[in-house]
Amino acid sequence: MAVKPAFQRPIGRLPIDHEVVDECRHLASEIAGPVDALARSRTTASIERASLRLVGVDGVVEGTEGAEAFPIPNAVVDAIRDSVGLERGALIPFFDAVETGCGDIQTTAGEIARGERTPRWPDGVDYEIALERATNEARHGVDRIAEAAELRAERIASVGDAEKPWFYLIVATGNIHEDIPQAQAAAREGADVIAVIRSTGQSLLDYVPYGATGDGFAGTFATQENFRLMRAALDEVGEELGRYVRLTNYASGLCMPEIAAMAAMERLDMMLNDCMYGIIFRDINMQRTFTDQRFSRMVHALAGIVINTGEDNYLTTADAIESAHTVLASQFLNERLALAAGLKDEQLGLGHAFEINPGAPDQIALELAHAQLIRECFPNAPLKYMPPTKHMTGNVFQGFLYDGMFNLVGALTGQDIILLGMMTEGVHTPFLSDRDLALENARYVFGGATTLAGEIRFDADGDVARRASQVLEECRQMLRKVADIGMFEAIEAGMFADTVRTRDGGKGLDGVVVRGDGYVNPVETLLAERVGVAS
Amino acid sequence: MTAIRPYGDTTDDGMVQLSFTLPVTVSERAREAAMSIARQMGLERPQVVHMKGMGADFTFFVVYGATSVSVEPDELEVEERPFPLLSYQEVNRAIRETLKRPLVVVGACTGTDAHTVGLDAILSMKGFAGDKGLEFYSEMKIVNLGSQVSPEEIVETVEREGGDAVLISQVVTQRDAHLVHLRQVEEALVDAGLRERVVLVGGGPRFSAHQAAELGYDRIFGRGSTPSEVASYLASQLDRLVEFGPHPTTHRGR
Repeated sequence: MAVKPAFQRPIGRLPIDHEVVDECRHLASEIAGPVDALARSRTTASIERASLRLVGVDGVVEGTEGAEAFPIPNAVVDAIRDSVGLERGALIPFFDAVETGCGDIQTTAGEIARGERTPRWPDGVDYEIALERATNEARHGVDRIAEAAELRAERIASVGDAEKPWFYLIVATGNIHEDIPQAQAAAREGADVIAVIRSTGQSLLDYVPYGATGDGFAGTFATQENFRLMRAALDEVGEELGRYVRLTNYASGLCMPEIAAMAAMERLDMMLNDCMYGIIFRDINMQRTFTDQRFSRMVHALAGIVINTGEDNYLTTADAIESAHTVLASQFLNERLALAAGLKDEQLGLGHAFEINPGAPDQIALELAHAQLIRECFPNAPLKYMPPTKHMTGNVFQGFLYDGMFNLVGALTGQDIILLGMMTEGVHTPFLSDRDLALENARYVFGGATTLAGEIRFDADGDVARRASQVLEECRQMLRKVADIGMFEAIEAGMFADTVRTRDGGKGLDGVVVRGDGYVNPVETLLAERVGVAS
Repeated sequence: MTAIRPYGDTTDDGMVQLSFTLPVTVSERAREAAMSIARQMGLERPQVVHMKGMGADFTFFVVYGATSVSVEPDELEVEERPFPLLSYQEVNRAIRETLKRPLVVVGACTGTDAHTVGLDAILSMKGFAGDKGLEFYSEMKIVNLGSQVSPEEIVETVEREGGDAVLISQVVTQRDAHLVHLRQVEEALVDAGLRERVVLVGGGPRFSAHQAAELGYDRIFGRGSTPSEVASYLASQLDRLVEFGPHPTTHRGR
């Protein structure tokens, strides 16, 4: 396999007005303030479940499994909700039950799940005992998250790291035992990142399926066991190749915090994690999503996980030329909310996509303008570039060329993470050979054009520069409007992807709880402390 | 009409191209295996023009060969789509001009199926493979009830909202649960006296279009159906809706 030429991020190639960029950041900060404040004033069923998982609660209610699982964390949180409410968090009533019972976490969780114990809110010394145990266990849980980052660093030091750009490939057979040989084959052919697409509709499940699963629909269920199996398989192939192979999954939907916690515990490396995707594209309640995204991002921050944001979705629903500025606006918002949750610039895989109609005039110049503009606006972020999907037809020959042009723009603009396009996009889930051909295509283009990126300058009066300035200006205008009325109101007014979502509408509102005066969650508090943000 | 064959560069040469993967290590034996597969597929004079190992366990082939089979197109029975495929603008215009009010679409997944992916692909703004969902159509009002909705709730919603079209989706199913669940909705609409007033549409990957009659549906959409096909179908049924006039129990309008 050809060695990749030295990766570079071409910055300062496009004359753009940095005062406008600064204003966009300032506006994003203004907009994100109330969102972050909302997130800090609430908890959710999934945050409480994630916290329980991190202190060692696991497993399913007897007789349930796979996609039909009823996880014990769900049963415990439901029982606490029904007995004392979730306003003060689940950990104190849970550890009170542990301390007044047998002392063992998993045994007590099983007892509560079976209805043999009814959680209560302890007072006085009982409260102090529960808090002390909760704090100790939370410390172990949070340490375990931090260990993921250390373990990853150790493994990379021992087997060697992948060179950028990272080629990102998707497997999606529905069966983890089929996914594994496909992922290993892809890694051997040059994939640096493997994403296991989730079973269709998992984002709308208010629980995480359990165990090794083989019955996913157009994707494989995200379960902790599936994470573990795939991580082990990629470690094995990574050692063989002398190159650490990264694993990705999706912390989105109704269980963002729990999936993030599982990803951290099983040392996943990147996670899809957007501040708004669920609201707009999955009709998940906005309070739920905003609250959940914050917790999940604190977990990712500490685990050293690179998040991938979902701006590509704006372009699959709307026209990629008309809506180019919405991508940039969302990136500024995602950046702000990520930093507010303790993530660092190097962890922000901000997403965008090559989705301009191939019939539009100058489309490649326009794609270059958009991609380079984003590169210039976020010089330290490992950008994630998504291939064409919307205009892919069954013409696999044309599609292969189209993916080649995507690779070319990615190479010329120094995109860090390249999701490889499949010529059979929109036809069927990729064949093994589709992935191999996609890698061949990418190796050819990146091998041939990466050094060229260092030589390119864009004419200040040229079409590319003009287009970039126009998109930046439209982004500023949009952010000004959102800042004027506020984020919640902007979503209610349909300002994102022309989709109207209300504050109390959508799925998952019943799992949102306003934190009461006595809210205690040592996992959350310690996480915030460790990543350096307000709890 | 005479029989025709695939056309490479000469009439009746029968040339086809195909590519496939075999789970075998790349080798001359692998090449022979690919040739044998091609011959068994009925290809004459197969040529493996490209062979590449993919990891240790798989080999990819590009193969050319000639087929001796032929077809007489005029003798084929083809089920043409019984309604024209309209653009977004044409659908909106048809609703405006024929119905003279918004078309109210009620969608739901019924039974135990928690998978709204099919329903959302058709209804939600995002749509499916770049084809925008029905929410995008300015002349439609969409009521998306989500998953695990009972037939009774569907009937109530149709009455309350003045539903013109009812879309029932079933994605994941055990045995023939998807058929049972669809029938239950149909029966509930019949019992409520609403069946004739609505366009009843079912959809999901396990269905095929010819099942409409046996299920008592007006139309069934199978795997890969797009929002614009559904929109076009609904537009083709507007005359019927006009004939029935407004629901007696509801006040319409936005």
